[in-house]
Amino acid sequence: METFFQQLANGLTIGSMFALVALGYTMVYGVMRLINFAHGDMVAASAFVGLTVYTQVMGQASSLFAVIAIFMLTAGLMACVGVVLERVAYRPLRTAPRLSAVVSALGASLVIQNGIMLIWGPRMRIFPELVPQHYWHFGGVVISLIQVLILVISLVLMVALYLFIEKTRIGAAVRASSIDQDAARLMGINVNNIIALIFIIGSSLGAIGGLFIGLYYRGITFNMGWQYGLYAFIAAILGGIGNIPGAMLGGMLLGLFSAFISGYVSSTWADAFTFMLLIFILIVRPTGLLGERVAEKV
Amino acid sequence: MSNDVLFTIEDLEVSYGAIAALKGVSLEVQRGEIVTILGANGAGKTTTMRAISQLIKTKSGSIRFKGQELTKIPAHKIVKLGISHSPEGRRVFGVLTVEENLLLGTYSKGKVNPKTLRWIYEMFPRLEERRKQLAGTLSGGEQQMLAIGRALMSDPEMVLLDEPSLGIAPILVKAIFEQIKEISRQGVTVLLVEQNAKAALKLADRGYVLEVGKIALEGPSADLLASEKVQEAYLGKKN
Repeated sequence: METFFQQLANGLTIGSMFALVALGYTMVYGVMRLINFAHGDMVAASAFVGLTVYTQVMGQASSLFAVIAIFMLTAGLMACVGVVLERVAYRPLRTAPRLSAVVSALGASLVIQNGIMLIWGPRMRIFPELVPQHYWHFGGVVISLIQVLILVISLVLMVALYLFIEKTRIGAAVRASSIDQDAARLMGINVNNIIALIFIIGSSLGAIGGLFIGLYYRGITFNMGWQYGLYAFIAAILGGIGNIPGAMLGGMLLGLFSAFISGYVSSTWADAFTFMLLIFILIVRPTGLLGERVAEKV
Repeated sequence: MSNDVLFTIEDLEVSYGAIAALKGVSLEVQRGEIVTILGANGAGKTTTMRAISQLIKTKSGSIRFKGQELTKIPAHKIVKLGISHSPEGRRVFGVLTVEENLLLGTYSKGKVNPKTLRWIYEMFPRLEERRKQLAGTLSGGEQQMLAIGRALMSDPEMVLLDEPSLGIAPILVKAIFEQIKEISRQGVTVLLVEQNAKAALKLADRGYVLEVGKIALEGPSADLLASEKVQEAYLGKKN
């Protein structure tokens, strides 16, 4: 029973990080029908940007104010990078064949990954301890303050995003643009602005996910975007790519699944089982768990 | 007929790559009129509509609405000028509710005119009954009503209706055409694209006949209905 609750806590923590990152994939796919392969590397870059903001801008302060400032600054900077990425790598290919945009996305991924390596070096860096080491013991189950913060902040962000998309006028414009861009233009929606907004939201949520990865795992490497990006991408597919609640659900389920496999089977096998789960879901429900609610009438 | 020109197209040319879809189309619409554009598949009817809304780039020629040139304006700014477009194939937002679809029609204005919403629900009571339902679950005819209603939500001066009868049960076509008359009575100018030439000419004041990217015939509806050429080509009568 101890293993169960311990892995439940661990699974929810990593699941919320997957979910934050998966939202970036799914939102971009929803509006542009494009897998933004650079997203994982943007997440990795944000951990390094956070590190530099901590050492250079904040003077290694780790007060509550400083930590909030590090998060805000990093998310803001990565949002700008996301907007530039869309302008440079994707907008010129908006009407080009799908494959060209995919190649451009892979290229952008390499550019960002190598950019991180050139700026911060190829060796593993240690992310600062921004949150005090505090632990709660429940019998044999240990839950850290970091875990609680990651889970709570992620949930708050996800609920806020959900309400924004479902309840506001601009949220409706985002949904309309993801269904039919030309029809959205006929409503007076500036689809270019919506796409920029998607990159701002996706990149800043990804940045917060990247900072959480740094806080939780401590060691950050220039090429870690590949691994976390892949996990988040699977989470997005699992939940139904293009579907926002789907990415949240997919991330959480994937986190729990891989934590339980690590706990009960073996952590070496966690990846293999994760991919088996993906294959199984795709066979049973090709559209993902929450994919496509109704078919369009022709 | 009063001479109050609201909208003109002059020598409009549009091509898809090397293929010319419109080869110098000119037409004009007076304020308050119902004008119909007829033609077979591929004649360029929908292309004309999409060019007016700037969903496709025009090659040359001009499109003017109340004297303002539209060809240099981005698509999302057209509706704000007072031209609303109910596109071919309805293009309603399937996974949004009926009400959300209608509210998006007011996106360019930022606020809903409750009188307009009331009017649309009175014209199409089905939409009010189903306002919480996802648009994709409506029947084809109901989706067409929604597409027209959505276009009217911005209180346009001119509305472009692209094949409202496409793929719809005849009884609903009749109902929709009656409501187009009502829309016109409320002072909205109507530019109607149709394959159903007879129904469209009965409704419209004037008509244009498009043939492979050019205007082949134009005139008051009664004249077109009587013309041998239209009868032969579109009404299936042989003399």
